[in-house]
Amino acid sequence: MDILQMIIVIGVLVLLVKPLGTYVYHVYSDEPNRTDRIFGGTERFIYRIIGLKSRDGMTWKKYALSFLLTNIALVAISYLLLRLQGALPGNPNKIGAMEETLSFNTVISFITNTNLQHYSGETGLSYFSQMAVIMMMMFTSAATGFSVAIAFIRGITSRGSTIGNFFSDFVKSHTRIFLPLALLITLVLVGLHVPQTLQPTVTATTLEGATQSIAIGPVASLESIKHLGTNGGGFFGVNSAHPFENPNPLTNVIEILSMWALPASLPYVYGRFAGNRKQGWVVFSAMMTLFLVFLATVYTAEVNGNPVLNNLGVDASQGSMEGKEVRFGMAQSALFTAVTTAATTGTVNNMHDTLTPLGGMVPLAEMMLNVVFGGKGVGLVNMLMYAILGVFIAGLMVGRTPEFLGRKIEPREMKLIAIAILVHPFIILAPTAIAFLTDLGQGAITNPGFHGISQVLYEYTSSAANNGSGFEGLADNTPFWNITTGLVMLFGRYISMIAMLAVAGSLVRKQPVPETMGTFRTDNVLFAGILVGTVVIVGALTFLPAVVLGPIAEHLTIR
Amino acid sequence: MTTQRKSMLTSAIVNRAVKDSFLKLNPLTMMRNPVMFVVEVGTLVVLLMTIFPGYFGTEGRVGFNLTVFLILLFTVLFANFAEALAEGRGKAQADSLKKSKQDITANKVTGTAIKQVSSSELRKGDIVLVSEGEMIPGDGEIIEGLASVDESAITGESAPVIKEAGGDFSSVTGGTRVVSDQIKVRIMSDPGESFIDRMISLVEGAKRQKTPNELALNTLLTSLTLIFLIVVVTLAPIAKYVGVELDIPVLIALLVCLIPTTIGGLLSAIGIAGMDRVTQFNVLAMSGKAVEAAGDINTMILDKTGTVTYGNRMASDFLPVKGTSIEELGQWAALSSAKDETPEGRSVLELMKTRQLSFPSQLAENAAVIPFTAETRMSGLDLPDGRKVRKGAVDAVKKWVASQGGTVPSDLDSTGEGVAVLGGTPLAVAVDNRIYGIIYLKDTVKPGMQERFEQLRRMGIKTIMCTGDNPLTAATIAREAGVDDFVAESKPEDKIALIRREQAAGSLVAMTGDGTNDAPALAQADVGLAMNSGTVAAKEAANMIDLDSDPSKIIEVVAIGKQLLMTRGALTTFSIANDIAKYFAIIPAMFMLAIPQMDTLNIMKLGSPSSAILSALIFNAVIIPLLIPLAMRGVAYKPMSASKLLSKNLLIYGLGGVIAPFIGIKLIDLLVHVWI
Repeated sequence: MDILQMIIVIGVLVLLVKPLGTYVYHVYSDEPNRTDRIFGGTERFIYRIIGLKSRDGMTWKKYALSFLLTNIALVAISYLLLRLQGALPGNPNKIGAMEETLSFNTVISFITNTNLQHYSGETGLSYFSQMAVIMMMMFTSAATGFSVAIAFIRGITSRGSTIGNFFSDFVKSHTRIFLPLALLITLVLVGLHVPQTLQPTVTATTLEGATQSIAIGPVASLESIKHLGTNGGGFFGVNSAHPFENPNPLTNVIEILSMWALPASLPYVYGRFAGNRKQGWVVFSAMMTLFLVFLATVYTAEVNGNPVLNNLGVDASQGSMEGKEVRFGMAQSALFTAVTTAATTGTVNNMHDTLTPLGGMVPLAEMMLNVVFGGKGVGLVNMLMYAILGVFIAGLMVGRTPEFLGRKIEPREMKLIAIAILVHPFIILAPTAIAFLTDLGQGAITNPGFHGISQVLYEYTSSAANNGSGFEGLADNTPFWNITTGLVMLFGRYISMIAMLAVAGSLVRKQPVPETMGTFRTDNVLFAGILVGTVVIVGALTFLPAVVLGPIAEHLTIR
Repeated sequence: MTTQRKSMLTSAIVNRAVKDSFLKLNPLTMMRNPVMFVVEVGTLVVLLMTIFPGYFGTEGRVGFNLTVFLILLFTVLFANFAEALAEGRGKAQADSLKKSKQDITANKVTGTAIKQVSSSELRKGDIVLVSEGEMIPGDGEIIEGLASVDESAITGESAPVIKEAGGDFSSVTGGTRVVSDQIKVRIMSDPGESFIDRMISLVEGAKRQKTPNELALNTLLTSLTLIFLIVVVTLAPIAKYVGVELDIPVLIALLVCLIPTTIGGLLSAIGIAGMDRVTQFNVLAMSGKAVEAAGDINTMILDKTGTVTYGNRMASDFLPVKGTSIEELGQWAALSSAKDETPEGRSVLELMKTRQLSFPSQLAENAAVIPFTAETRMSGLDLPDGRKVRKGAVDAVKKWVASQGGTVPSDLDSTGEGVAVLGGTPLAVAVDNRIYGIIYLKDTVKPGMQERFEQLRRMGIKTIMCTGDNPLTAATIAREAGVDDFVAESKPEDKIALIRREQAAGSLVAMTGDGTNDAPALAQADVGLAMNSGTVAAKEAANMIDLDSDPSKIIEVVAIGKQLLMTRGALTTFSIANDIAKYFAIIPAMFMLAIPQMDTLNIMKLGSPSSAILSALIFNAVIIPLLIPLAMRGVAYKPMSASKLLSKNLLIYGLGGVIAPFIGIKLIDLLVHVWI
């Protein structure tokens, strides 16, 4: 039954890829189509308000500058709102201003689509902040990531000097993708008993006569964009494990699909832009192959349970249910864990800290790779970066200087890609090492030994990959953690985005080489294999020593 | 090609390479290769720890550290040796070229007088006189006279070549010897810029610049090195948290094993050896970039004459007009050619022999020879009995016969056109006022060209043949040779337009040429191969010069370019794929003392932690010299489609790269474990 449940969800996802991908392609192809009649009016109105006169294409520099300035403006506004939330309306629970480093961390966390939460939503944020800061950034950060990914795709598949107009992409991402879909999912979730209200916390008297505060609020609307935008920041501290965020298995499946479907359809969009759908399916199948390996690992590890408990004579037939919700069970928990870190959403329906060591290694590894579907746009861009890398290494073996989609890969592209592949391990491993060298860092570890390594590694990996899920168990609301993870999130998102836009800007100017018998093909099974190989050897082996000391050592020592 | 340039590894070259590999340890030289520089720095650190164990607190590990130091040192030396060996052949060749560059006394013509000056004093525009037995003092063009020149110093070809003033065979090279006659030469280069100077610096690799692909690959290798540096540096504090103390030499060993030392050590050797293979082929590439570009070629533009066909038109059939027998026609055709020394003329007599036809050759004995001129477009004999025998272009012969009151046979034109359609040239044969028929001159496609064009097609290269012939003739030859496309009635300007058109569509274009009017096209092409027999202008515009002046060699140059790129890709893939096995050797070994359960990861069942680390390190070192032959020779290349090529190479170098070190490290460990 477990396996059937997983197969059905994966099957539905695969069926969604083509229709959703086709829709997304039409949104950004900038060619007139039927949806213009529905959304065109609203968009023109928005363009007029924001004073966007020309929707002409931008060079990569202009595009990068536009999205950076937009994000900086959003960061400034959000920071002020959080600091002033005590005095602002929409605060029935009378929550005070957020502390500086925590505000910094929170703002960076949400603008970078990470949603690492060092606060607890029900006690740290007013309803107004939840909506005006958290939900607003959930939309804008997702739209930013999506726009950049589309610009990158345009760069590598078209010819000219421009890669699209950021403001037009940004607006269309909202009007045609995130707002309509969020509205739809919100209504479905409300129908499935997820609360959506502005009433303050409910106080109830329990059977024993004690008083209990039951936190509620505009949950459904946040829940929908939290997944659609691969954001992951929960309304409540325990995120999608909370019965109001994710009341039953059906909402669980809806949440899984809503965070997974858009990233999974992006490879198809790329195939459409490239004028060869096979190109997209190759990337998709490489992602899916890696995903299935990860899912199988986490599921097997959890089903086999915790050896320490098993040896004590605890009934092992249920697997390791510690930290999991009974209403989801093993399959729905394992699938949720694999998807949330693959799509770098970061929403959780079980405690990742209590996964078995090998089970916990899966979300960690998926975030380290950051290419298995990946967050809004980022995953595809990263995967295409590995594709370029794979073409560069293996492409030479056909006796031509490497070319990707007919464009020569030359020193400039390699330098930019080098920056991107260097940044990721650096911002994970360097802060991890620093944390272990300092008392400030070590002090936060609640579970010493190998598991402590996993906790710290997870925190920075989650930040760098803009995932945001926490291994939890780490006392991380301190200035040290707020500032270091804040910086890691910042670098993790923007450095590689800018570098990859520059790659797109450089490739878009190149005259494509016509395809012949002698051309290295990137649209067949062999290339899917090369892609997986490149990701594993270049991307994964980097982290092997650290992973060996964390989850693997833990696994080996508790057997 | 002669054997001179083929001299492979002599002991002198090897000895010099051994010496050079130590000289190359100089950190300033090493810095150009970041991967090996990191290894060298690591070597120094381990050396210090071995010499001053007290300072570092490594007293108990002196033996191990010393071993690590020695292996690291040899890793660097092996890489240096590969590069030195690749350079060695070029250096040896440069030395022999320098000999032909010794100072020569030149006879400089100043006004009417002749002054003896040293060749180093000659400047562009000077005029010198070179007589039989003298060396030509500098590059230049013959402005007067004709001579046979021994160019073996450059081409290795011992048979002298004829050079004469005017036309496309007027250029001479300094350092070559006039073996007969006397010529007046205008010097075209200043000292230090001559062809031999350029050739020396090219084969010596003195001015070797990294090609764009090498630069890009270097960037990749450097960033991989940096990544692993981060991995190793951050590993110590993380490990310390769980009580695992890691020795610095062990960390250095891990680092050196993980960074791509195999390709890092062999990269420049591959590039130099690739250039060298081109040189051994008697083609002089002006830059490594040109050789790489040759591998990338999508379109090849070939001259029909000399490349696709021999150019000589050979008589292949006699086609008599109605009322004439083949014997009759053959007899007069042979007579008209009896004293004709042109290849066409001789081929007519050849055809007579093969057809076993005879003719009254005594008639020609006292006949007057009428040579071919551009005006008459006919040649032949005026026999002593007054009869005039002619052969020539059909319309010229028709006019000549008509002027003598003769009639033109009705089937002559159709026969002539039939020949033209087949790509041949019809020559009409007439005696006085009667036309006997037509000699079918055929332009023969060089043997084996068809298969080679087929190979090119499989490599994804389009071939376009350029010819001055009419479209009918051109089409026939094109069909016969199997080229993909042709341009008939082409003028030199057409070639450059064609190149531009192909380039605008994204193709990289290769072409060959020798005349001055080819120069712009040679410069425009991505790969321009000039013939050494060609003019100075053509040679300067091209980025490759074929010393044997064989235009069809461009095809082999493409194969060499592809082979160079493939070798680079294969060894990079191999090097990176090796990391998997090395991880499985070193990682468990590093942690096993503190965490005994790590032995589960020791899937190769290596003897002990120390022997595992040393075995991985030794494998890492010895794989470099083991791969030197492959780097120098290049990976085997047979023309086939990219997909097949990729599957094959991926299987050998990718999968092989994953598996080989598992076996290699295990075998080394069996030996090493005997001691530790």
